[in-house]
Amino acid sequence: MSTAVDPLLVLILMLNFLLLGTSRLRSAINASAMQGALLGLLTVFVHGELSARPLVVGAAAIAIKGLLIPGMLHRALRDAAIRREIEPYVSFVTSLILGAVATGAAVLFADRLPLAPEHQELLLVPASLATVLAGFLIMSTRRKAITQVVGYLVLENGIFVMGLTLHDAMPSLVEIGVLLDLLVAIFVIGIVINHINREFGSLDVAQLDALKE
Amino acid sequence: MAVALFLVPLIFALAAFLVPSSRVRPWLVPLGAAAHLGLVIVALRENADVSAFSGWLVLDKLGRVALPLVSTLFAGCSLYVPTYLRLRSERPNRVFCGALLTFLSMMTLIIISHHMGLMWVALEATTLATAPLLYFNQNARSLEATWKYLLIGGTGIALALLGSFFLAYSALHAGIHGSLLIDELVRDAPLLSRPWLHTAFIVLFVGYGTKMGLAPMHTWKPDAYGEAPGLVGALLAGGLTTCAFLAILRFYQVCAAAGEGAFAREIMVVMGLLSMAVAGVFMARQRDYKRMLAYSSVEHMGILVLGIGIGGLAAFGAMLHLVNNALTEGVLFIAAANIHRAYGTKTIDTVGGALRRVPASAALFLAGFFAVTGSPPFGPFLSEFTILRGAFDSGRYGIAAAFLALLFVVFVGMGGTVLAVVQGKPRDDLPDTGFHDSLGTVGPALILLIAVVVLGVWVPPGLEEALREAASLVENGR
Repeated sequence: MSTAVDPLLVLILMLNFLLLGTSRLRSAINASAMQGALLGLLTVFVHGELSARPLVVGAAAIAIKGLLIPGMLHRALRDAAIRREIEPYVSFVTSLILGAVATGAAVLFADRLPLAPEHQELLLVPASLATVLAGFLIMSTRRKAITQVVGYLVLENGIFVMGLTLHDAMPSLVEIGVLLDLLVAIFVIGIVINHINREFGSLDVAQLDALKE
Repeated sequence: MAVALFLVPLIFALAAFLVPSSRVRPWLVPLGAAAHLGLVIVALRENADVSAFSGWLVLDKLGRVALPLVSTLFAGCSLYVPTYLRLRSERPNRVFCGALLTFLSMMTLIIISHHMGLMWVALEATTLATAPLLYFNQNARSLEATWKYLLIGGTGIALALLGSFFLAYSALHAGIHGSLLIDELVRDAPLLSRPWLHTAFIVLFVGYGTKMGLAPMHTWKPDAYGEAPGLVGALLAGGLTTCAFLAILRFYQVCAAAGEGAFAREIMVVMGLLSMAVAGVFMARQRDYKRMLAYSSVEHMGILVLGIGIGGLAAFGAMLHLVNNALTEGVLFIAAANIHRAYGTKTIDTVGGALRRVPASAALFLAGFFAVTGSPPFGPFLSEFTILRGAFDSGRYGIAAAFLALLFVVFVGMGGTVLAVVQGKPRDDLPDTGFHDSLGTVGPALILLIAVVVLGVWVPPGLEEALREAASLVENGR
């Protein structure tokens, strides 16, 4: 079973680059949805044998990260009638290069961290760090509120991968709490976006600049 | 008992959501605050450990400082709620009252939870509960502030979770079967994997430091404090930051127990001085007096981590400063809110001569300024002086000199804005806002100011003992 883990992680890393390089809001949301769905599969495969808990958590991840939140984002996109392409602060080529550098740095850094025997053959830690960094990059280089939310999702996905290394160690309460909190956080952020839309008639955070020194 | 501490405010929050009358509802906030304060006093008098759920919730020596502090500050600010909401009777207040009480409940949960995951969930809940408080005015500016608060705060929360995972992994790697209880982590600290522990502390410090508002992760703070109603600013600056600081202290406790205290202290010294410096730069010639208070808060967060970073006597000073700072922020934010109400704007381009227009509020604002910048006879003077002595005692003269210099820079920078607000003559073309000093608007700030003055002259023996024990728990694990 766990032979599927590394290929899945490589797919997640490739999606990071798709997210960093795409200029279309729709494909960015879809890529984050695919990443979420892959995380659900990963949760199941990371365990040697099938058991109930990883199945439930995996299904929840697919439902929330793969369907629900992307659905909300698509809806926000439609309601605001925004289909324009993203105008980033740095060009897509630059952010792809930065993404590559970040991935390399994540691999180098993860190499310095000692791993427990059961994780030594897997890419879980470098993939987690690389995805977290990609999320940061997207959040800090994009203008649109909605892309920043996608960046935040990618960041959370990276953290989720790290959480998989601890799956047996974490009490289930925390597991559920994590997913619930994520849902609520995005939900609230979604409401806020809705209001931004109403107030400014656009989802461009560059207009949120009345407050500065 | 431990459960009641956070459940009671939550029940009051529920009641606030259910009560139909907008005139009666605001009174639930001081009522809930009084009930909470009463429970806290009962809990403090109990000799046995106050705990629940096999060690998940414990009121420990740190909590015995932080919980009464947060409860007192909330009670002081809650007295302001009915008056404030009567002045703003055009706004619906159901969500505001409910969110305030939920906020109190979740702050309590952060303080008493000894489980990394639960503490994190409570921290996230405080963020969600405070978002509607920031957005109370529902205009474009408060929306922008709320958006930044959620996005930057959300990133901090995400990093805090990542750091918690790293710390859990350092236990897993050591073969300890993944405990997330702080007490067990402290006990097993010498076994933890060092590279993971270092990484965990850095990420946790950045994550919880974002919630605390340390530079350079402070960028949400001026916007949030500038746009939020004054009493919300007071609760964020004195309450939420206290909780985030407490979380950092718990992880420092793990580091110290692992023999890696020096590593963590170096980070805290650097970040502390950096926060003070950034605050000093941005406070100079700040025209908006509420944003100025936000930078003052950044400065004091810096002083707190600096004190812990120096250690020894300075760690005791930091605990004392935690108390003094929270109470002083309460005075300043409420006084600033009154001045804001009286003028309708919050920049010194139009605000001036507040001592003539709202004498009591302006006097409190001025006294709060002297207190927060560490002038005698106010409490912060004593705590900042203790931190300074701690720096000299441990032979860190360079840090002591930088600390003194930065305090001076902040005093000058802040003084310019504060004096422009209170001195002079009000402009003749100001519209009449109908706001005047009254018992309801001035009283809460006055009560907090009296506490700050008392603490500057005399630290009650019981409090001193509690502070000493808290500092010892952080540094020595007992």
